[in-house]
This record gives sequence, structure tokens and C-alpha cells, in this order.
Amino acid sequence: MDHKLTSPESALAPTPTVREIFSGFLGLGLISFGGALPLARRALVEQRRWLSAEEFTDLLGLCQFLPGGNVINLSVAMGMRFRGVPGALAGLLGLIAGPSLVVIGLGVLYENTQNDPHVRHLFAGLAAAAAGLLISMAVKILLPLRNKPMGALIAALGFIAIAIMRLPLLPTMLVLTPLSIYLAARNAQ
Amino acid sequence: MTDTLVSLAIIFSQLSLLAFGGGNTILPEMQRQVVEVHHWMPASEFSALFALAQAAPGPNLMIVTLVGWHVAGWAGMLVTSVAKFGPSSIVTILALHAWDRFKDRPWRRHAQMGLVPVTAGIVAASAALIAEASNPTAIAWAITAFTAVMALKTRIHPLWLLAAGSLVGLTGFGQP
Repeated sequence: MDHKLTSPESALAPTPTVREIFSGFLGLGLISFGGALPLARRALVEQRRWLSAEEFTDLLGLCQFLPGGNVINLSVAMGMRFRGVPGALAGLLGLIAGPSLVVIGLGVLYENTQNDPHVRHLFAGLAAAAAGLLISMAVKILLPLRNKPMGALIAALGFIAIAIMRLPLLPTMLVLTPLSIYLAARNAQ
Repeated sequence: MTDTLVSLAIIFSQLSLLAFGGGNTILPEMQRQVVEVHHWMPASEFSALFALAQAAPGPNLMIVTLVGWHVAGWAGMLVTSVAKFGPSSIVTILALHAWDRFKDRPWRRHAQMGLVPVTAGIVAASAALIAEASNPTAIAWAITAFTAVMALKTRIHPLWLLAAGSLVGLTGFGQP
């Protein structure tokens, strides 16, 4: 698929309008089941050609570095770069409008039917499967640390603090993040 | 009611700024606040809402919207959404220029690399806490284990795995 991107600059679409940003992210939000990131790349780089592959990777690097959902930050950053604050708002609202309504619809359905034993059983199965997906994601993030004892130690400390000691997130991050960044910087020298 | 909305606004704007490494890192703190500190719902219900949000399209964090709606209706949904998505979006806008300026500074890379293990540990904690709260029965643990292995070892779409888990659940096998 990369052969299409040999001349990304010439292949880029014109700068999208605020309305196009909104509808673009609305579509992305509604079709992205199980995480929006893989689809975001396909939609924004390959289909709509709003960004080159390099620009997408660089922007995603920023979005993963900052707090907040990766694709949510991406919608804000892209909207901002194209059309300023109105564009950022259009990207964000477009991305979350559809899923918000769907999820509320599911919530209404759940609250009205949760006393039915069949529905209760179904949701128990759904919740168990959702937990399994989360475990698989955690494993994928943890695997690259297996050859990095310091990184693995930081991850283990984070796990113990949050899952076992049930410490609040803020103090945990205030201790572990500077320590981890210090170790990464020392390791790089 | 107003007190509840204010609490929601405070909790979720804090979570917004703490969500380094994507949404799943703040699940344990969200669960701690919603279940243990404010007693808005039991842990099992929090897991059910998480599962619902996973079955819906969109970004990872749609559980935020659902928690707000569940706790305080449409007003709650609006307050949590603004509180959760607002602050991190403002940070993104502000950081956009700095990011390009500091592109080649080594500390940018060190900070990026340093955040990875912290995020990894906290996402693992999320997974453990959600799995524990979702799985009162042996059959539920079996569904969780099967789903995790399939998601890791195959390229099957996550939605099919959620559907399979729901179907096994629907049979009621192994459940009270």
C-alpha cells in the first residue's frame, strides 16, 4: 500500500473546510469499532489525502505523547492545523458526536432490560470479552519491554501501585514519570 | 444534583489531563472515583458500562460519556464530555506549535521513551482491575482468556470476539 505514497506532496487533497473536517471525523467515528487508530490512518492518509504518511506519523507522535485519547487529540490537532480553533472544534465534535449517541442508545437499552436474565447473561459475556480485549492490548504494550529491565521495573511498579495498592493516579504518575524519563535519558547517553 | 455535576466536572477534567498514553490509563482512577470514592455504582456495573462502550464505535473512551449519563442524565453526559475532552484538547492545541519547534531536541525523544513503561504498567493495571470486576464466574474468566488469546494470536476483528463472548454469555452456561 505504500507504493501509492511515493509522491505524497503532489497527491494531497486541498485543505479541507470546517464542514469537511466535521463530516470526515463524523464518518471515522461511526465506522471505527475496536479503536479508531488503524482506521484513522487509512481514512485520513489514503482515502481523503489530508496528510502525507510522514505528517500523519509526526502528528500521531505528538498525540500519543500528550494526555487524552490518541485519535481524539489527532482530530483536534488536524482541525487546528487546517482551520484554527473552529477546525479543531469541528474535528473533535465530529469524532465524538456519533459514538456518543450510539453509546447512550446502548445505555438506555441496557438499563431497560438489565433485569431480564437473558440480557444479564449476554452482558456478562460481553463484559468478559471486553476485558479479554483489554488484556490483549496490555500484553501488546508490555511485550517490547521484555528486553528492557529498567522499563519493565517501572511498568511493574506502576502495576503494583494502581492495581494492587489502589493508589491514586496523580501521585503515582508524579513519581514514576520523571524517574522513567530520567532513566530513558541516562540510557540514551 | 449540582453537587454531583460539580464532582463529575472536577473528576473528569483531572482525568483528562492525566490520560497520558491514551484513554485506558485512566480507567483504574475513574473506577476508583466512581465506585470507591463516590459510590455512584458498584464495580460490576462500571465493568458493564465499559463493555457497552467497547461494543460501540468510536474512540476508546466512550465510557466517559456513559458514566456521566448514568450518574446524572443528559446534563451529566454533557458535563463529563466537556470536562474529559476539553482540557486535553486545549493542551493539544497549545502543544502543536511547540512540538514543531522542538522537533530535534533530544529531551523530546527521552520524554516520549520515558512515558512508555509508565503507560504500559498502568494499562496492565486497567486490564487486571476490569477483568477482576467483570468476571464473577469461571465461564466469564474462560471467555476473557479465550478473547485475549484470539486477539493476540489472530487478526480477527475485535467486534467478532465481543459477539462470540456475548453469545456464550447468552446461553447462560455456568452463570447463576
